[in-house]
Amino acid sequence: MSRYRAFYGAHPLHLLTMLAGFAVLGYVVATLTPKALWNPHVWWQSIAVWFAVAIIAHDLVLFPLYALADRLLTIPADRPARRPTRSAINYIRLPLLASALTFLVFLPGIIEQGAPTYQAATGQTQEPFLGRWLLLTAAMFGASAVVYAVRVARTRRRRVTDQT
Amino acid sequence: MGEVTHYGFPVRLWRALERHRPPGVNLLLRWRSPLRGPWLTSVLGLTLLISLPIVIVTGLLSYIAYGPQFGQAIPADVGWLKLPTFDWPTSPAWLYRLNQGVHVGLGLVLIPVVLAKLWSVIPRLFAWPPGRSIAQLLERLSLVMLVGGILFELVTGVLNIQYDYIFGFSFYTAHYFGAWVFIAGFVMHIALKIPRMVTGVRSLPLREVLRTDRTDTVAQPADPDGLVAADPSPATVSRRGALALIGGSALFMAVITAGQNIGGWTRPFALLLPRGRDHGDGPNDFQINRTAFAAGIIPETTGDSWHLTLSGGPTPVAVDRRTLEAMPQHTARLPIACVEGWSTTEVWSGVALRDLARLAGVPSPVSARVASLERYGAFNHSVLQGNQVVHPDALLALRVNGVDLSLDHGYPARVIVPALPGVHNTKWVASIDFQAV
Repeated sequence: MSRYRAFYGAHPLHLLTMLAGFAVLGYVVATLTPKALWNPHVWWQSIAVWFAVAIIAHDLVLFPLYALADRLLTIPADRPARRPTRSAINYIRLPLLASALTFLVFLPGIIEQGAPTYQAATGQTQEPFLGRWLLLTAAMFGASAVVYAVRVARTRRRRVTDQT
Repeated sequence: MGEVTHYGFPVRLWRALERHRPPGVNLLLRWRSPLRGPWLTSVLGLTLLISLPIVIVTGLLSYIAYGPQFGQAIPADVGWLKLPTFDWPTSPAWLYRLNQGVHVGLGLVLIPVVLAKLWSVIPRLFAWPPGRSIAQLLERLSLVMLVGGILFELVTGVLNIQYDYIFGFSFYTAHYFGAWVFIAGFVMHIALKIPRMVTGVRSLPLREVLRTDRTDTVAQPADPDGLVAADPSPATVSRRGALALIGGSALFMAVITAGQNIGGWTRPFALLLPRGRDHGDGPNDFQINRTAFAAGIIPETTGDSWHLTLSGGPTPVAVDRRTLEAMPQHTARLPIACVEGWSTTEVWSGVALRDLARLAGVPSPVSARVASLERYGAFNHSVLQGNQVVHPDALLALRVNGVDLSLDHGYPARVIVPALPGVHNTKWVASIDFQAV
């Protein structure tokens, strides 16, 4: 048993789980047929490509991008503040996150991609979505600004009353 | 950690791999957040462990609702990769609406949770060496199924509900088989990680997390998986704040999408979705799934010359719209619910399908094939099960909300059956073939 572990690196149940899972993957690919994974005419419209790109797009594009954006946002917070004021970071982070999330999920409508199929299905155009998303973004940043302003004002008033 | 590093076979290879760290790895990757650790990852894992099976099961049920017994579930050939086939019920009428509302709605709501879960474990992706044994290497490969599977399903699903077919392949085929790749990866992951998840959830008492504010939030002790940052920065948000952020994002997704399924005054809240749009106040002003123009329906074929052919009995029967109007009319308030998760409830009236079956000479049909005037298109016909034909509310609708159907809604006649997937409620019906056996 310990010799087995030393060789494989885990409990035999681990190997059984892996093999069973990969066998199911094999069955899925065999049922779909490997040919269906690949589009010989337009390579980037292949199921296999989209599967791989989904991982790459998240791990090597989306994550580095949002991590970098957040890093730029938090650099000022690294410096010790001269006086204790309420940190503004999360008041920017929150609407930024909501705006980015809605942009990501509703991108087709916002950039009017797939207009012919959209019209055939709904009888309408995607014209309102960009404006709606911009207004939603404006509302979220605006609301965050109002809440932040109220809190800053309250903190200041408290400080003033504390001093008198 | 004071733990001796073990290498599996071949030891030399794994050692060499560890020594040959790609340049820049240390420089680029400094994990700062003190929130990453077994507790956060496990709590997010537990959330997905409970919720994702609901998305999976409703998805697989939708496949059954499409009628694989008639070869009209897509993709048609899935081998054993499906639930056992059964006759999709007609009651409650909102069954398919609920099923798809949950499948699509919960899928959308879980997007922020999935992204947060991936954020919490991303140091593992960039960890060096990528493995120290065959076991670890296999496990990494299985994660391709898990992570690739969930991302692929989310991307194709999100594009489909917005009619963006930029991916070029069949949505149904890709989403269905992609789901099975994910299911396999998900089960493998659960089998290996449940003990670790239990330990992780217990590593911090929830009450303590809820009481700790930002300034008191510190990283957990180093864990064997390397989730905890070696040199964390001070917290910019507490753990309870992070939970509120993730939960709030999920709730936000629910608020701006659920209206497409619930309808009524909630519909405008789905302000970025196709099915949150207003169509006007008229009786025919509700969501269309395929316009008459797109289906190639021309007014000449739907005018006075239109007639419905009923077959399956001793001799085919042809009836025109006036004859249908003279038959007993039945009214039912029924939702029409799309696989894409949107729905609308209207008051339909017309002739009961079972009356038409009787007229055709097939009083107790086991199935019926409905064909449309639409010449091309995957959904220009559908096969109904026996229970879907004989249900008293199963109609060949002529009118909606008190007026004639508009051309876009299927004039001169369309099918409407309780709990039937939307696209199988065939519009512009030209013929119905009732099968007695």
